[in-house]
Amino acid sequence: MSAFRSLSVAILKGYLRDKQAVFFTVFFPLMFLVLFGGIFSDQSQSKLELTQVGNVSLIDQMPQATRDAFDDAFEVTKVDDVQDALDRVRDGDSAVAVEQRGKEIVVHYSDADRVQSSVAQGTLQSFVQTANMAATGMVPMFTYTSERVEDESLQTIQFVTPGLLGWAIATSATFGAAATLVGWRSTKLLRRLRLAPVSTRSLVVARIGVTVLIAMVQMVIFVGLAVALFGLELAGSWWMAVPLLVCGTLSFMALGLLAGAVSNTVEGATSLANIFVLPMAFLSGSFFPLDGAPRWLDVVSHTLPLRYLNDGMLDVMVRGKGPEAALIPIAILLGFATVVLLIASRFFSWETD
Amino acid sequence: MIDDVRKTYGDLRAVDGVSFGVGTGEFFGILGPNGAGKTTTLEIIEGLRSPDSGSVSLLGRSPWPRNRELLPRIGVQLQASAFFERLTAREQIRTFASLYGVGTTSGDAWLARVGLDDKGDTQTSKLSGGQLQRLSIACALVHEPEVVFLDEPTAGLDPQARRNLWDLLSSLNDDGRTVVLTTHYMDEAEMLCDRVAIMDKGSILELDSPTALIRALDAAVRISIAPNVLALADARQVDGVDAASADDSSLTMTTRDPAAVMSDLARRGALTGLQVRGATLEDVFLTRTGREYRA
Repeated sequence: MSAFRSLSVAILKGYLRDKQAVFFTVFFPLMFLVLFGGIFSDQSQSKLELTQVGNVSLIDQMPQATRDAFDDAFEVTKVDDVQDALDRVRDGDSAVAVEQRGKEIVVHYSDADRVQSSVAQGTLQSFVQTANMAATGMVPMFTYTSERVEDESLQTIQFVTPGLLGWAIATSATFGAAATLVGWRSTKLLRRLRLAPVSTRSLVVARIGVTVLIAMVQMVIFVGLAVALFGLELAGSWWMAVPLLVCGTLSFMALGLLAGAVSNTVEGATSLANIFVLPMAFLSGSFFPLDGAPRWLDVVSHTLPLRYLNDGMLDVMVRGKGPEAALIPIAILLGFATVVLLIASRFFSWETD
Repeated sequence: MIDDVRKTYGDLRAVDGVSFGVGTGEFFGILGPNGAGKTTTLEIIEGLRSPDSGSVSLLGRSPWPRNRELLPRIGVQLQASAFFERLTAREQIRTFASLYGVGTTSGDAWLARVGLDDKGDTQTSKLSGGQLQRLSIACALVHEPEVVFLDEPTAGLDPQARRNLWDLLSSLNDDGRTVVLTTHYMDEAEMLCDRVAIMDKGSILELDSPTALIRALDAAVRISIAPNVLALADARQVDGVDAASADDSSLTMTTRDPAAVMSDLARRGALTGLQVRGATLEDVFLTRTGREYRA
């Protein structure tokens, strides 16, 4: 086996056998994906709960086309007693309760969840009006259709997957580089390798290669799971996420090297890496979109490499932009890596003392 | 090999004008207390540090700056256990073997030679101190270097483990390899080394074979016997005795003529619990520095 290959294998085995590292870099972000994907996709798709008291002719006698639309909007539970229906609304089991008194449709709602109840009321009103309109036999003058600007399929999972993937890559690359540098220096392995006829380039390329490989595996797991379980739909030039991730990995490894270069202990380096990565993930929109963020936050966020990685991945994976949309983020990530490496090299020393 | 090497850190003269040469196939020891400058000297020879002044020649070349043609010809064992994280003993030595372009068989052979075959599948974090030292010695030798540097290979081991390691160490230069070892154990240097440089405070005090160093001292021999076999006053009268002292556990006489003392003691029938102790390298250190040797 060549020196380069055996170094890569040694580094990879060391990573795979570190259960804690594997958990925090792969499974932990994945848990967030499942959590976010699960919670929010349920919310956006779920129907409003509606309790129907006795017979309500508006609902029961709808024409089939209207009825389908109604069933898309509401999940209907039928009860006979008004009191039961009110209890269901009070307990939050149902957004609204509907009863018919003669020609009057009465809607009971609770202020506890105003959003749900007002959406339910608005929707119900429109059904009442449609029914009234139909009763007069008039052809409506206007019809109403709403269309979202983005891909029809755009859901929470579309936004969450690239952001969380970016965070996962940032974590594993930063921590990997920091822990390797400090660990190898404190066990004197770095010194031992200087006394072996192995080039610094093989050593550096092996370490980067393993981290990039891990990043690619993370991408496959993340995207695969999001597609399989949560209905993520990839846009045409999603493959540009690969070079984006490679450049992102380089940036974060540079950050990790900086953390490793200025600390003497593995603990110090990993806490410093934490201080870099976690706020960066928040400020770069990994966990929630930054559309509503104040101006200053937006400015801060545009100094962070993860922001560019996330935006770039969103553009090519989800927003359906062309491959060229990734070029500027790639350039910025590479520039960031270069600058941080230069800073790190000023602090770097082969020895702990 | 090295000539008038100096290295200063701030006010500390870590290595202060050290010169010596090591012959091919020699087992050379650098002996001294902690902080004497042994490791720094070794690191300068290996090419890990540059000397402030003076010159170093290793196998006819300069080790500084890093010389990748020289590196395959030397083997290095460092003080700390410098291993890859979470690899087994066999994976460690095979990785090092491939760094030197040597096949796995050589790695396995060295693993067996240092007696770690049965620990081959154990991760290094679970090996004992002695086993780690053996593995790191094997990793230093896996590519059969011409010169091997061992930095305190027995430091931190219990006496039994140290003695076990001596057998391995003393066999290292059997096939003509040059061994340079640092140690702060006097007995170890005496036992293993063809020649010893005794270092203190950055300089070499003495440099010769252990036996020559001790002989040159012309130190007294201490003979002790069990207490109460002989009265202290009588002991002072024994032929050849220079001085005598007694404590609860023994009666000790010092002499430069041990043969006369022994025959007189035999005549007096006072050989119970006899112990004879010659001078050691510790006495050499004591004589040269006026300080008790403390490792």
